[in-house]
Amino acid sequence: MTRIREDFAEILKLVRPSARVLDVGCGEGELLELLTREKQVDGQGLELGPENVAACVARGLSVVQGDGDRDLDHFPTRAFDYAILSKTLQQMREPRHVLNELLRIADQAVVSVPNFGHWRVRWALLSQGRMPETGALPEPWWSTPNIHLCTLRDFVDLCDQLGLRIDGCAALSDGRPAREIDPRAPIENWRAETALFLLSRKAEPAPPAAMPQQNLFGEVELPKPEAPVPKRRGTRKA
Amino acid sequence: MTAQAPIQAESETGGGTWRFPANRPLRLDSGATLAPLEIAYKTYGRLNDERTNAILVCHALTGDQHLASTHPVTGKPGWWDRFVGPGKPLDPDRHFIICSNVIGGCMGSTGPASIDPATGEPYGLKFPVITIADMVRAQAMLIEAMGIETLFAAIGGSMGGMQVQQWAADYPEKLFSAVIIAAAARHSAQNIAFHEVGRQAIMADPNWMSGAYLTAGVRPEKGLAVARMAAHITYLSEAALQRKFGRELQRDGLSWGFDADFQVESYLRHQGASFVDRFDANSYLYITRALDYFDLAARHGGVLAEAFMKARHVRFCVLSFSSDWLYPTAESRDIVRALNGAGCRTSFAEIATDKGHDAFFLDEPLLDQTLRGFLGAQAQARGLA
Repeated sequence: MTRIREDFAEILKLVRPSARVLDVGCGEGELLELLTREKQVDGQGLELGPENVAACVARGLSVVQGDGDRDLDHFPTRAFDYAILSKTLQQMREPRHVLNELLRIADQAVVSVPNFGHWRVRWALLSQGRMPETGALPEPWWSTPNIHLCTLRDFVDLCDQLGLRIDGCAALSDGRPAREIDPRAPIENWRAETALFLLSRKAEPAPPAAMPQQNLFGEVELPKPEAPVPKRRGTRKA
Repeated sequence: MTAQAPIQAESETGGGTWRFPANRPLRLDSGATLAPLEIAYKTYGRLNDERTNAILVCHALTGDQHLASTHPVTGKPGWWDRFVGPGKPLDPDRHFIICSNVIGGCMGSTGPASIDPATGEPYGLKFPVITIADMVRAQAMLIEAMGIETLFAAIGGSMGGMQVQQWAADYPEKLFSAVIIAAAARHSAQNIAFHEVGRQAIMADPNWMSGAYLTAGVRPEKGLAVARMAAHITYLSEAALQRKFGRELQRDGLSWGFDADFQVESYLRHQGASFVDRFDANSYLYITRALDYFDLAARHGGVLAEAFMKARHVRFCVLSFSSDWLYPTAESRDIVRALNGAGCRTSFAEIATDKGHDAFFLDEPLLDQTLRGFLGAQAQARGLA
């Protein structure tokens, strides 16, 4: 089997079997097919390109052509266990709205974002005074689809503002296995090239015990108390 | 019941007229009944032993059962020949494909030109008003008579797509998958308005004779042709008309009169004139009325999703065309929203084309690809592949 993209591998570990999954921006359906095969999920995709939709349909996937900014209203409230948005939040016109929508539609959202606080980005800006072009952000400023870039710290702040709980976070960098991180740790805002978040609404209790006792990385373990509350943001330099 | 034609065991293409006797009437939404009932149909391919490979194709307003075989009146290839045939998305080597003429039609199924058993004369306006649900109820009788419990797929474009939605609402247990192309869940004011123009054109023709033209031995050809011309414009897009005709003239110079100077006029006149050879004016009135009355949500408390609540096991594929202004993409998205709301497995694609509503008859590679992919994947899920 071909190598699985490391963010896909992480999502695969994260999603519990037979879950209902919405993949926003599902491309040709690689992730949905993987999740269907390995976790028997009931998958649904949203995808902008009609050719990609046709490819998904031929794979037996259910995919609606649409735009994450505009067409999430196609899906009813709490229709899914997970809504996945892989590396595209920064391309949305209204990231706040999109996050709120994801957590209206699904109990949990899996969202990955490139970290503009990564040391390479900071170094490029500091040393050259130019918009950085890195592995995670390869395009020049005038053609990048990334219109709403943020740092890890910005994203954590936004989650707090929107009343979202971070149930888990992993750092991803190309070609290397994912690493579980505390997204509020200042060092990670330098180190993590891309971060994958598992989010849920604070107000609502976590889904009932039907959820197997798996941590973010799929290892079965004993239930543990709520992760320690990190120190208030803004008290340390990042 | 008396089966006119048995299910084909040997021949690839079959068909005939299924007659339901007077003791098996079709109950209509209006409260009236229709009996005896005749349904003209064509089939392509063979029903497998498990009876799991049947596809029903629902035709559009002026279509008929001649899906992929030469039309007996016009001599032209079947209206969906492009998509039905060996190696095509609907493949008689794998599927048992059924297409029946809707009731109210004029190609063999009971319609206003049929003989009213009460009078021995053509029904004319004595024919009861029918609905899309009535058409589907008749199709369900045919499918049942053929011994088919579940359709592998119901597929239709335009009015055919409305019938497919009605199938999902009324007979979800008989569906495995459904394809709805360039359709809407209800007729808009604009849709009704265009149809009214067509009906008024027919009724203004002195040869219409209040619907009794067949008894009088005449036909309201001029009125029907104008109705077709007006409707035909709605099937195309402005860009397609411009590309095809622009302001090109039929011959050098203007006539300084009212001949068909412009090629587009000549084209429309031809469309109108050839239509009257194969279509009945009263059928046109009745079927357009059925379309205007179509509002699937209204039958379910005003909530379209309610119509699909029992169809959660059905896999849906909804397709629209970007330049279709008769049933625009927004109408298809409403269907998709309702299907998602009901929790149905739904795929949707808007196919970019400038060919307008009629694109579903035409060479659209992405339509072919999506249909082929969807049916292929569903065949696997159904254990046919």
